[in-house]
Amino acid sequence: MGLLSAESITVSFEGKNVIENISLSLNEGETVSLLGVSGTGKTTLFNILSGLYAPDEGKVYLDSEDITGKAGKISYMLQKDLLLPHKRVIDNAALPLILKGVNKKEAKLKAERYLKEFGLEGTGDKFPHQLSGGMRQRVAFVRTYLASERAALLDEPFSALDSITKSAIHRWFLSVMAEINLSVLFVTHDIDEAILLSDRVYLLTGKPGKITDEIVIRLPGEKCDRSPMSSEFIAYKEEIIKKIGIL
Amino acid sequence: MIKRFQSITNKGAPVISLAVIVILWLTVSEGGLIPAYMLPSPVEVVKAFISEFSVLAQHSAVTLQEALYGLLLGTALGFVFAVIMDRFSFLYKALYPILVISQTVPTIAIAPVLVLWMGFSMAPKITLVVITTFFPITVSLLDGFKSVSADEINLLRSMGAGNFNIFRHIKLPASMEQFFSGLKVSASYAVVGAVISEWLGGFEGLGVYMTRVKKAYAFDKMFAVIILISAVSLLLMGAVAGLRWLSMPHKRKRNR
Repeated sequence: MGLLSAESITVSFEGKNVIENISLSLNEGETVSLLGVSGTGKTTLFNILSGLYAPDEGKVYLDSEDITGKAGKISYMLQKDLLLPHKRVIDNAALPLILKGVNKKEAKLKAERYLKEFGLEGTGDKFPHQLSGGMRQRVAFVRTYLASERAALLDEPFSALDSITKSAIHRWFLSVMAEINLSVLFVTHDIDEAILLSDRVYLLTGKPGKITDEIVIRLPGEKCDRSPMSSEFIAYKEEIIKKIGIL
Repeated sequence: MIKRFQSITNKGAPVISLAVIVILWLTVSEGGLIPAYMLPSPVEVVKAFISEFSVLAQHSAVTLQEALYGLLLGTALGFVFAVIMDRFSFLYKALYPILVISQTVPTIAIAPVLVLWMGFSMAPKITLVVITTFFPITVSLLDGFKSVSADEINLLRSMGAGNFNIFRHIKLPASMEQFFSGLKVSASYAVVGAVISEWLGGFEGLGVYMTRVKKAYAFDKMFAVIILISAVSLLLMGAVAGLRWLSMPHKRKRNR
């Protein structure tokens, strides 16, 4: 059993199943993508995994501890950065620590250290509106990491960014992930992004959404060396497209 | 360069319009177009203001005191109402219509009843100010609380935050903008409310002074006190603007 696992999750809304019998696992240090078109219940699934809502059926485990419907155990990052506009960057990053009851001074020191480590030095005293979209998303990632250093759910975190900012942030993400031991479950509808960042890809298809396939990504070299132009990369892409059934 | 010119004209515009009004007033009254006993000239008003200064200062201290106490209590009450109405949707549904209806009752109609109940002391005046000031606070805070998105609340819940922390870290700060707009309205109501309740009975205050000079047909003093009342209102509103600036560092212009 992995670090985080979901067993037979079913969620229905007004008598109709939104997701059905979903089981998945996330191992320590892994980055796993959940790939699917819109409307397959990806966000619903994340709301369950994060413990914000309880499923109609099924269980969620973290280290074999039942965390079904318990919020605050793993961190959750959304497409919008949701940095609080009235707090400075440092206070935004330190917020999860403050909520855990860490004293303010200590929380700020730790937040400052990670901002620096994640290449965001000098942004601490600014307000979110003074940063670019890409920078805000990075700060949001630092905050996510400080909410849980073990497991994080990222719900299309980079999809609102333009493609140039996006590839820069992908490189940044990979370099940061190489330094920390965070396990990430990642929702995306961008096939390239899924192959580029993940160790494994789950395909979520249909209505109600089900996991229909699992693809292990094995590409030569480090993750940051992955090129979307390489023939292996393109082979994975073709496989995924065929399995999702877009073509 | 153009920008600088624009900023000068923006700041200058109200000064110019005010000056035009005063000059118009001056020509109409000094030129004898309207008899002096009906519309005193601004010069007369200034003279009255200077000669009555110590009396006016005494009365305005009383009015300002009533307005401030009333505003503070009204704000506190408005805050409590907003918080419990936001927390319990049943209370929101039950109280909101009543609050709106209560605002359609004119201040001037409740004031005599309050005087009959509470006498000629400060109490009925402060009560009236509380009644008129708490509503804008409650409504603006409720709007602010409701402006918080479900995503933001979910984010904090995912970090393990409970209702109190959600309130403290998002709902309250997110509603500060609306709160200060409400407080500004309430601050201007506060002075007017205090003056109106003084009209109907009391021994001190600008409203009492007004009824006295009215009976004496002293138009110059009448105008002096009217201008003083708006000055006191402006002072309070200015204090609110200062408070807003202090408590919302992220909204300050130089940060942009």
